[in-house]
Amino acid sequence: MDDHRGVLVVGELGQSRLATVTRELLGAGRRLADELGEPLGLLLIGDAVSGCDTEASALGVDTLYVAEGPHLAAYNGDVYMEIAGTVAGETAAAVILMGHTTAGREMGPRLAARLGGSLFTDCVDLALDAARWLVATRPVYGGNAMAGFVSKTLPQIATVRPKAMPETAACTGKNMSTVAVSTDSTLSRIELSEVVVEEAAGPRIEDAGVVVAVGAGVRQEDFGLVCDLAQVLGGAVGGTRLPYEEGWIPASSQIGQTGKMITPDLYVAVGISGAPQHMAGCTGAKRIVAINNDPEAHIFKMADYGIVADYKEALPVLIEKIREMTGA
Amino acid sequence: MNIIVCIKQILDPEIPPAKFKVDTVAKKVVCPEGIPLVVSPYDEQAVEAALRIKESRSDAKLTALTLGGAGAKDAIKHVLSMGVDEGIIVNDDAFEGSDAFGTAYILSKAIEKLGDYGLVLCGRQAADWDAGQVGPVLAEYLGIPVVTVAKEVAAVDGKVTVKQVLADGYRVLHMAMPALVTVSSEIGQARLPSGKGIVMAARKQVTVWSSQDLGCDPGRIGSGAARAELAELFVPSQDRKSEIITGKDVAEAAGNLAGVLRREGAI
Ligand SMILES: Cc1cc2nc3c(=O)[nH]c(=O)nc-3n(C[C@H](O)[C@H](O)[C@H](O)COP(=O)(O)OP(=O)(O)OC[C@H]3O[C@@H](n4cnc5c(N)ncnc54)[C@H](O)[C@@H]3O)c2cc1C
Repeated sequence: MDDHRGVLVVGELGQSRLATVTRELLGAGRRLADELGEPLGLLLIGDAVSGCDTEASALGVDTLYVAEGPHLAAYNGDVYMEIAGTVAGETAAAVILMGHTTAGREMGPRLAARLGGSLFTDCVDLALDAARWLVATRPVYGGNAMAGFVSKTLPQIATVRPKAMPETAACTGKNMSTVAVSTDSTLSRIELSEVVVEEAAGPRIEDAGVVVAVGAGVRQEDFGLVCDLAQVLGGAVGGTRLPYEEGWIPASSQIGQTGKMITPDLYVAVGISGAPQHMAGCTGAKRIVAINNDPEAHIFKMADYGIVADYKEALPVLIEKIREMTGA
Repeated sequence: MNIIVCIKQILDPEIPPAKFKVDTVAKKVVCPEGIPLVVSPYDEQAVEAALRIKESRSDAKLTALTLGGAGAKDAIKHVLSMGVDEGIIVNDDAFEGSDAFGTAYILSKAIEKLGDYGLVLCGRQAADWDAGQVGPVLAEYLGIPVVTVAKEVAAVDGKVTVKQVLADGYRVLHMAMPALVTVSSEIGQARLPSGKGIVMAARKQVTVWSSQDLGCDPGRIGSGAARAELAELFVPSQDRKSEIITGKDVAEAAGNLAGVLRREGAI
């Protein structure tokens, strides 16, 4: 190809370590870099990022690019973009990866527009073809279909869906070099005034091992039954669009394409029809159980186990049985 | 102040999953017969955001812009009947097969031709290819700032204030206009066309611009300029058990379900 070389991951920070999605990206990035026989770079932008170097090195990063400063504490589209654009341009990476997150959704397209590269968003699989072009697989049509794209242009930029790819296990640290990135030319046209956290009480649906989801088939006065089931299972409560619009659950508990993508061990859908835009959020669940009174409901095709029943009859018995079994 | 809303006409994303078919050879989705195309729901929500701004300031004029062929006029008429003031279609055989970059380039040429604008609104993604690329790329081509996935947009004086949806809440951002915002469904249901709106929309002329009208660079549009190729399109296979647990009554079925889950160690 031309003088583009290597894989660059634009990372994000979690609680005093790399964000989970960044660890997943480094797994995919290392694999692609090895196939190309080229180096893997990681760019970290933030207030205090140098503490992540041991972790980065253990995950197989060859070069860590550090953009550090108090003004970089919160993601700012313009400032982060300027830094990522400079590093991507100077390193001339052939493949640039980032999470399909708030930052990635903005930076991916903007970087591709600036650098003239190809772009694949919300990818669930990445590979290289025989000519070493990037092959990106992503859900389309609300999850009804999957599409595979082959890049024809460099650099090749992909945003990757969180939890779609496995986290890498740490390897025996590399000889990683660290490069400090200038953060001077950081003019911003976007000003942040407030961050508001809106979360349901109890475990977060993206972390919970069990999620019980409420759908439009449940009447508001019965929402408590769904919560009781979640409680005896030690799980979290999520839902489809209507319960969110009606204010029973916060936006952060909506599951699906516009809501969250979750991967619990057990997902119980109560009064949910199984629309693709909703199921897009829970296809990664290990087990799906559906309770719906319509034997034709699409959800039964998408579930491992189902009972055809009115939730009003089924839930109290189910809750009671689980209590007996588990002593919860 | 002029507000431009970019809209796309697509296959109704809420058709029953059983009606969704793909031609894997042609790599195309087969539109089921008798099901009309719709304005992509996120774009309708962008129109809704624009209409709410118009309600808050009398100088706001809304223009809908769409890149499209035969059915584009229906899409424009639909949003005119929701309350949009003007509609523009950009259409040309040379646009056929444009990717997100070609599309954003064409839209940027049309917006530059319109000239004076304060705000450009797009849906967070088109609900067919779900890529979410055109909005931010368009902002880059126009040289204006962008915020994606908004649940509220206000435009007061020369400033736009956006509530951007985050994984665990939202944040409030401000930009000087002109600026671009992509809108998400968290903004709430888009209004339905009113009877009066439908009558007014029927009377309105819709402007159509060609590639030549816009002075498009032929090297940046159409399938030839696409930066990637669609290699395959398929309906993913389903490997769930799909087992219905029964019993002599609901209570027994529910008990059996609990038993199965217990045996598998799921609870
Ligand atoms: C672009 C786009 C994005 C979207 N994003 C999302 C998203 O992120 N998340 C999301 O959830 N939706 C999303 N949607 C909406 C989605 O398409 C569906 O409309 C929605 O998921 C349906 O929710 P539901 O299953 O709760 O309701 P319904 O489809 O109305 O289903 C209700 C079900 O309850 C059953 N039922 C009724 N009464 C009972 C009873 N007494 N006992 C048991 N069962 C009963 C019915 O048989 C039915 O199957 C999106 C749509 C679009 C177009």
